[in-house]
Amino acid sequence: MLEGSPSVLVIDTQPARAAIIEDGLRAAGYDRVEIITEITGIAQKIEASAPDVIVMDLGNPNRDMLEDMLRITRAVKRPVAMFVDQSDKQSMEQAIEAGVSAYVVDGLRKDRVRTIMEMAISRFNAFSRLERELESAKSALSERTTIDKAKRLIMASRGLDEDAAYGLLRTTAMNQNRRMVEVAEGLLMSAAILGDGGRQT
Amino acid sequence: MTTQIRCGFLPLLDAAILIAAREKGFTEAQNIDLSLVRETSWANVRDRLAVGHFDAAHILAPMPLAANLGLTAIGQKLIVPMALGLGGNAITVSNKLYAQLREPDIGDPAEAGQRLAALIAEPDAPKLRFAVVHPFSAHNFELRYWLGASGISPDRDVDIVVLPPTLVPDALSAQSIDGYCVGEPWNTLAVRAGMGRILTTKNAIWASSPEKVLAVPEALLDDNPDVIASLVCALTASAHWCSDRANAEALAEMMAKPDYLDKPEADIRAALLGPAGYEPFARAATFPWQSHALWLYSQMVRWGMAEHSAVNSHAAMQTYRPDLYRAALANVDVAVPAANAKVEGALASPDQVGAHTRGAPGALLMGPDGFFDGLSFDPDQLDRYLAAYEGTAGKVPQN
Repeated sequence: MLEGSPSVLVIDTQPARAAIIEDGLRAAGYDRVEIITEITGIAQKIEASAPDVIVMDLGNPNRDMLEDMLRITRAVKRPVAMFVDQSDKQSMEQAIEAGVSAYVVDGLRKDRVRTIMEMAISRFNAFSRLERELESAKSALSERTTIDKAKRLIMASRGLDEDAAYGLLRTTAMNQNRRMVEVAEGLLMSAAILGDGGRQT
Repeated sequence: MTTQIRCGFLPLLDAAILIAAREKGFTEAQNIDLSLVRETSWANVRDRLAVGHFDAAHILAPMPLAANLGLTAIGQKLIVPMALGLGGNAITVSNKLYAQLREPDIGDPAEAGQRLAALIAEPDAPKLRFAVVHPFSAHNFELRYWLGASGISPDRDVDIVVLPPTLVPDALSAQSIDGYCVGEPWNTLAVRAGMGRILTTKNAIWASSPEKVLAVPEALLDDNPDVIASLVCALTASAHWCSDRANAEALAEMMAKPDYLDKPEADIRAALLGPAGYEPFARAATFPWQSHALWLYSQMVRWGMAEHSAVNSHAAMQTYRPDLYRAALANVDVAVPAANAKVEGALASPDQVGAHTRGAPGALLMGPDGFFDGLSFDPDQLDRYLAAYEGTAGKVPQN
């Protein structure tokens, strides 16, 4: 734990992302971390936790509401500024690229804020990467399912075994210079339209 | 040579001029490749303008003023070379409140205000809550103006909260708010879904009043002044096209697309032709009147959001750049007002005012531009205007 480490409030409607940011902050020695994933009653929650730093995702349409609240309710006792240092354009850009913003009470040591922001930025980026990987994994999975279905269709309609059906799909794809999944999709679609399982004879 | 312009916008009806400028090729004709980036909050638009992600933005008229007065998080100097239309907001209330106010005439904010004041004065009346989308918005200022002129203190007698437009209809039907003042199509959407009723409109509170503007970083003026002129030309041509009711169908169709408003075409068409009276072109709707800037500034001062000084009022006024607008349209067949500012409320009915077309003197049909309480705003008498509101708890001014 850092001596007198600032308290951090993470407002993120994605609980998974909020959790990895919390995890990162705790690992870096910030043990006063709270998470809000629900927007309802946010004013009272912020007032109760009185954070030194608020980290919020830019995708949240409630950002205008949060800024207004910080402006009028003095939920955070000292005036708040956004980002590490308003003149530090590069870190601001990195934060915006990553999709995160931060509100910081006035007078907080800059190096402290910087560590927190760097942590948030890198974890936000890591999360986006993870999401992209997950997305492509998902589509790879669905591609495999499509190819399997088409393979079974060929097996049934042509009376071929699994390897031969797969081979036919692959050869067709190679000959037509298309991806296997495209050939499989075309086959399944035509079978669905013809309604006869693509029977050829 | 084609110039790339990245422009941020929020999915609202008055993004029409920008959307049509791209879709109908008005920007392309000026050698501008306009890409429109939809955003989720005004704070994001402001920040992305500040770090250079955006070259221009569709933005709430008071926001560039607030930025130049150093009132917002990132102090980036912005200029407003043109406005993006007049009107287009309304005050929508819950069905319950509408019935309690005995369904007042939509065009009579005074009647609605009197009934609301009477309702609030009843013993044990629950405190009503209204939503706006941003503190530095025309919505906030016209709602407050209407309440104040009706003898209701916006800060003491009701609650005003900030909510994103996407959430206001739901908040209304969940009864967590009683009404809101928000831009279209969010009034029409709530009415068509049976969630609420339009109580009165921005145009009824202040006729021909400003709403969104085009903001660009002041630095662009040094880097590429020609592109500002080209953009103003393209957007003016687009505004002209948008204002033709014969194009409403085509405009609604393009705005309904997933990349833009992503709402049913029928709702957008209804909003375009609806009572909120969004005007993209006529009555000099895109002219950046410095009197608009100063009135918005006067409301920031009135509600304690800005400190009044000669330096501040000058900075607010200079944010609006009618000179750039005029220069951009010097060789175009569009009538441009001869003055930079006007007395808001001088025209009780439409009238011809001095204008120039291609430098030749002429006239332009303007107005009405009055406030519903009969007061007017003379930008040359700013101090007197502000003094009248001092110590009124935001209510009717002392004359």
